[in-house]
Amino acid sequence: MNQIYSRGPSLPLRLFLAVVCSAGLMFLDRYTDSSTQLRSYLTAAASPLFYVASLPQTLFSGASEQFMAQQTVLDENARLKETLLQQSGQLQLLRFLQQENDKLRALLGSSAAIEDKSLVAEVLAVYSHPFSHQVVLNKGSKDGVTEFQPVIDDQGVVGQVVSVGPSSSRALLISDNTHALAVRAERTGVRAIVEGLGQWDVLRVMHLPHSTDIREGDRLLTSGLDGRFPEGYPVAKVVRISQDASQPFMVVYAEPYARLDRIRHVLLLSGRSDAMAEAAEILPPEQP
Amino acid sequence: MRKPQRLGFIYLSLFVALLLTVMPMPQMVKLARPDWALLVLMYWTLALPQRVSVLTAFFTGFIVDVLVGTVLGVNALAFSVVIFVVAQHHLKIRNFAVMQQALLLGLLLALYQLLLFWLSHFLTGVYFRPQYLWPVLTGMLVWPWLFWLLRRYRRQLKIQ
Repeated sequence: MNQIYSRGPSLPLRLFLAVVCSAGLMFLDRYTDSSTQLRSYLTAAASPLFYVASLPQTLFSGASEQFMAQQTVLDENARLKETLLQQSGQLQLLRFLQQENDKLRALLGSSAAIEDKSLVAEVLAVYSHPFSHQVVLNKGSKDGVTEFQPVIDDQGVVGQVVSVGPSSSRALLISDNTHALAVRAERTGVRAIVEGLGQWDVLRVMHLPHSTDIREGDRLLTSGLDGRFPEGYPVAKVVRISQDASQPFMVVYAEPYARLDRIRHVLLLSGRSDAMAEAAEILPPEQP
Repeated sequence: MRKPQRLGFIYLSLFVALLLTVMPMPQMVKLARPDWALLVLMYWTLALPQRVSVLTAFFTGFIVDVLVGTVLGVNALAFSVVIFVVAQHHLKIRNFAVMQQALLLGLLLALYQLLLFWLSHFLTGVYFRPQYLWPVLTGMLVWPWLFWLLRRYRRQLKIQ
């Protein structure tokens, strides 16, 4: 009766084949560049599945909006109008400041800050595998999404696009283990690198010497020096500092502003990569 | 040897398991999400080892890699190894009561999590946290129900 394995290779041989194939895939994905292209094809092929998987949630939230009482909708509308009014008021001031800033920059002879275009995308799936913090967005190359585009939400930096399919794309979050970005402390201007730890609510600030002036509550903004993220977007707030003289550097933890665990809508910034690379070159050297 | 029948339904159940793997969930629930695809594969390997074994596991693992964004091949390898163990011992495991099966498969789920962690640690340098082992517990809790459901599914549709 043990003829079930008489067809095809034996079980250990199959395992051997599978192990060799997976080792090859891992090598290809980790140590060569060709995998980016492969990934984007695979993302494209898998995107219908994400649409289907998020269907129940979409239906549910759609239904709950349907049944929302009219009074609630009116209240929400009033609140949104108020917010809009306040923000457009602030925007007028901002326009004036931007003009002034442009003029000052022109006087200084440095490159002007570039207008950024942005694209709103919705999160199709948040995959929270502890080892990979990524989200799938519902905009792809058809909508003009490109690789390495910065992704933000209304609070702060969320991450960057890592692979693009025709109608969906995948963004790596700043909390992912493999993600790091350049920041500057708002209060002191100290530059640092913020690295993800694979946890939603904690990031680590890397390689700060013990003498660095940094305090709990300091705001960390993108510095633009990494050539990926435009300057000045809020990233995280320092929440915990432990000074241990036996360690070569200070151990500093920060909490991201963006609510990474509950993002629904994000903003994709675009049209700045060339200008940013230029800006990164002409920034003045660090003051000691 | 019986002729293969209605194998499409096996792939349908795997497809549903993959959907459950990527379905959006609240953050608290998500950490404890059982490894649906692996559990369903385990069932089919126990029930029909001549149809579903290491290579099906490899391809399912590869799809999981694509869907969840881990380094390609990590899940494929871990799935293959775990399903290899199940397939080698399917005659023994079948004879256990469902609760005993749940305990034993819990061990294998833990092996899967540790393999996954070890490979990811080697490739991308992740840190270990005990919360990563929640899916082992939820997987064990889910197994009896899943076993019952899939057995009905198999018998109703006469999948061989």
